[in-house]
Amino acid sequence: MNIVVCMKQVPDTETKIRLKEGNGGIQTDGVKWIINPYCEFAVEEALRIRERNGGQGTVTLVCMGPDRAVESIRTALAMGVDKAIHLNDPLFEGSDNFGVAKILARAIQTIPHDIILCGKQAVDDDASQVPQILAEQLNIPHVMVVEKMEVDVANKKVTTSRRIEGGAKEVLEVPLPAVFGADKGMNEPRYASLPGIMKAKSKEVKKVTAADLGLKPEEIGVAAAKVKIQAYSLPPERQAGKKIEGGDPAQVAHELAKWLREEARVI
Amino acid sequence: MKQMDLDFLDLNSFLTNEERVLRDTVQGFVTQKVLPTIEEHYQNGTFPAHLIREMGELGFLGANLKGYGCADVSPLAYGLLSQELEAGDAGIRSFVSVQSSLAMYAIHTFGNEEQRQQWLPPMAKGEKIGCFGLTEPDFGSNPSGMRTRAEKTGRGYVLHGAKMWITNGSIADVAVVWAKLDGVIRGFLVEKGTPGFKTQEMKQKHSFRASNTSELLFDRCEIPKENLLSKTDGLLSPLSCLNQGRFGVAWGALGAATVCYNVAKDYALSRKQFNDRPIASHQLVQEKLAEMLTEITKAQLLSLRVTQLKTEGKAQHVHISMMKMNNTQMALHVARTARFILGGSGIMSEYPVMRHMCNLETTVTYEGTNDIQKLILGKEITGIQAFY
Ligand SMILES: Cc1cc2nc3c(=O)[nH]c(=O)nc-3n(C[C@H](O)[C@H](O)[C@H](O)COP(=O)(O)OP(=O)(O)OC[C@H]3O[C@@H](n4cnc5c(N)ncnc54)[C@H](O)[C@@H]3O)c2cc1C
Repeated sequence: MNIVVCMKQVPDTETKIRLKEGNGGIQTDGVKWIINPYCEFAVEEALRIRERNGGQGTVTLVCMGPDRAVESIRTALAMGVDKAIHLNDPLFEGSDNFGVAKILARAIQTIPHDIILCGKQAVDDDASQVPQILAEQLNIPHVMVVEKMEVDVANKKVTTSRRIEGGAKEVLEVPLPAVFGADKGMNEPRYASLPGIMKAKSKEVKKVTAADLGLKPEEIGVAAAKVKIQAYSLPPERQAGKKIEGGDPAQVAHELAKWLREEARVI
Repeated sequence: MKQMDLDFLDLNSFLTNEERVLRDTVQGFVTQKVLPTIEEHYQNGTFPAHLIREMGELGFLGANLKGYGCADVSPLAYGLLSQELEAGDAGIRSFVSVQSSLAMYAIHTFGNEEQRQQWLPPMAKGEKIGCFGLTEPDFGSNPSGMRTRAEKTGRGYVLHGAKMWITNGSIADVAVVWAKLDGVIRGFLVEKGTPGFKTQEMKQKHSFRASNTSELLFDRCEIPKENLLSKTDGLLSPLSCLNQGRFGVAWGALGAATVCYNVAKDYALSRKQFNDRPIASHQLVQEKLAEMLTEITKAQLLSLRVTQLKTEGKAQHVHISMMKMNNTQMALHVARTARFILGGSGIMSEYPVMRHMCNLETTVTYEGTNDIQKLILGKEITGIQAFY
């Protein structure tokens, strides 16, 4: 079983986001970078699938990102991933979701793949598009927001379960190869153990450029982006809370209802 | 995790990728597994023993050692491990320090192959717990005066005496016990349940409440001859273990100090007094924050340099004494200042500050009090020993 995990490095959710001057996006210095939490579920699931399969198979990580992404790649290797492809080329920068999926697809085509696991979305831009476009590019099926996966190695198929509208559960069976978008609740990702971290030192991280994939500059990056970002803005500052004082609960409730209707206008 | 980070001089750029990943692992473990229950354990005076196995699985135990299932990480990585664990609680860090730097290190360094094979792999996994018995009721700073003695018999040795203040003592499966054999200090392995060996947990502490501290009592305790750590020879043997231990204690203090500083800073920015202004807007408070930040940063620099020397095999015991003395003293001062900035809130368990402050009263005391570290330095400077 060849398992590929697509992983994105994102700013730590605790990071206070600041914007660059003009329309340059978010300021990246001082940001702590982590593995996208949904991708972490994907990494964990890949390792568990291999463990359940008696340790048979290879887990390959594919990550597009600049030099700094190596730290997250090493973390995944320390968790137990076997090897990694680091798609690292200034030409990749500014790619939209379509572009990212295209680059990932090219890279994945060069390696054996039965199961492709992604996070269902990245917590930086929350676009939730790459896995689906990736599947289209590879011309294989995909299942998104997956909570549970059961792999039938012999028959090369996977049964997934996912939560849909109204809290119902949907069970799907897909033939492999296929792309899966991992949701929260799929598993509890392990920590990289210290021996794992030491072992990861000698694992292979292959740097791959646009030229290696036969991609021309005009096909990728900002040049090829179908989506242009118009502007970035921060959410409005949170207003100070309002305290309704007074001893009589009925009176307080009355004031609250009045405020919700007349000022907050939510009821 | 934010409360565990403080890097004014971008010293993180000295870390390798592995060291960074390791630090993330430990911070994650502390945030998710230690912090949610540590106050309760501290208040109740209990050690969170359920964490031992997990720390074993993560390779925290004996991480500084080579082989036998140990992770063999760099001295800097070991320092960071200690730092982040103590950002949780010194009791947790101390469990790991004693297991790794004292008990396992002693077996690794002074034991024979059989002893290592028997003890180190299960100790690395957290299946077996070790302790290190040097201090006695009447001999703390002056361990060479110890009264615990071993007598040779036909089958092995008989131990008589008592040890006090022993971390992990009553939960340990194996005690590394220092005793005089024909007047020379030697190390012995005493297994839990050996007839004549009793332990008694020391309760009613105001410091290290989430750590097990016990007395060990040996009353004609007979152990087989295989249990002698044959390469031990005199006081220098336990002192070499303490040299490892102090290194971890010193790094740990940085973790406690960092948390106290960050808590105090956040508190000072949000707490308002006089004209609805944050207390951080007052010069007297800013002076304290500036001093805390400077002192922690200086201690980080000292630690980093001593650690580099250790990596190159050039760290001397006096370097480590300086680091242990400086960092624990600095951390205690920072913790007290932070406690003061928090006003009345500073004494409550809602904030970790007073817990760290009380813990640091132990770290300035154990593995050689800070005054003893100063005497070690004094001897180095003047060539005159002033212990007695
Ligand atoms: C929570 C905790 C855990 C511990 N864990 C362990 C453990 O696992 N294993 C272990 O073996 N020990 C352990 N210890 C013991 C610790 O190492 C000793 O407490 C320490 O060495 C000091 O010894 P003492 O308490 O007997 O103090 P004393 O030696 O009696 O010292 C009392 C005071 O006198 C000062 N003093 C002593 N001699 C001199 C001198 N020559 N000149 C100037 N001042 C001097 C000291 O600095 C100190 O201020 C632990 C202690 C604590 C509190």
